[in-house]
Amino acid sequence: MLYTLLYYAVLPMLMISVVLAFVRFAIGPRLSDRVIALDLLITIGIGVIAVYSIINEQPTFLDIAMILALIAFLSTVAFSYYLEKREKDDN
Amino acid sequence: MNTIILRTASNYLLPLLLLFSVFILLRGHYLPGGGFVGGLVAAIAFVLHAFANGLDNTRTLLRIHPGYFMPLGLALSFLSGLAPILRTGRPFMSGLWFDGPLPAIGLIGSPLFFDIGVYFVVIGASLTIIFTITENA
Repeated sequence: MLYTLLYYAVLPMLMISVVLAFVRFAIGPRLSDRVIALDLLITIGIGVIAVYSIINEQPTFLDIAMILALIAFLSTVAFSYYLEKREKDDN
Repeated sequence: MNTIILRTASNYLLPLLLLFSVFILLRGHYLPGGGFVGGLVAAIAFVLHAFANGLDNTRTLLRIHPGYFMPLGLALSFLSGLAPILRTGRPFMSGLWFDGPLPAIGLIGSPLFFDIGVYFVVIGASLTIIFTITENA
C-alpha cells in the first residue's frame, strides 16, 4: 500500500513539480525568480531523496537530504546577500 | 546583511551544525560520512555565521586564521599513516585498530585519526577560499 502510494502518487507529483519549477527557472524574468526556483528545485530533490530512502529502507540517506537542505539554504542566503549588495552598489 | 531573523537563527545553527559535522565524521568509514563531508558541514556552519554576523565577527570567533587548520590536519593524517609502521612494521597507511569497541563511539583506529586530519584540512581550505572570495567581492 505504502509503496503503491509512493510509486504512483508521490513520485509523479514530485516529477511534475520539478518540470514546473524548471520552467520558472528557465524563463524567470528576474534573477530573484531564478534564485527562488533553484531553491525549490533543490527542495524537491530533498523530497525525492526522502522517498528513495523509504523505498530502499536506508535511513542514512536522510542525512544526505539534510546536508542538501543545508547547502540549499546557504546558497539562497548567499544569492540574496550578493543581490542586495549589487542593488546597493548600483544606487 | 543585517536581518535579525538570520542572525538569531545562525547563533543557534552554528553549534548544532558543528555537532552534526562531528556526528558525520564519526560515522564514516563503513556508512556514508567521513572527514570530507563532515569538514564541509563545519565550514558551511562558519560561512553561515559569516553571512549573518559579518566576516570580522567570525574571524574573532575562530581566533586563528583558518589556513592554520590545513598543516595541522595534514600532520595528523600523516602521523596516523606512520603509526602502523612504528607499531607493527606493516606498510604505510595500513589500518591499526584498538582491541575492543569503545562505548558510544565504536571501534576506533588509525583511520579515524586520518579522517579527523581530512576534516581539519577541508575546514581550513574551504574557509580560506570562501573568506578570501567574500573579502574581495
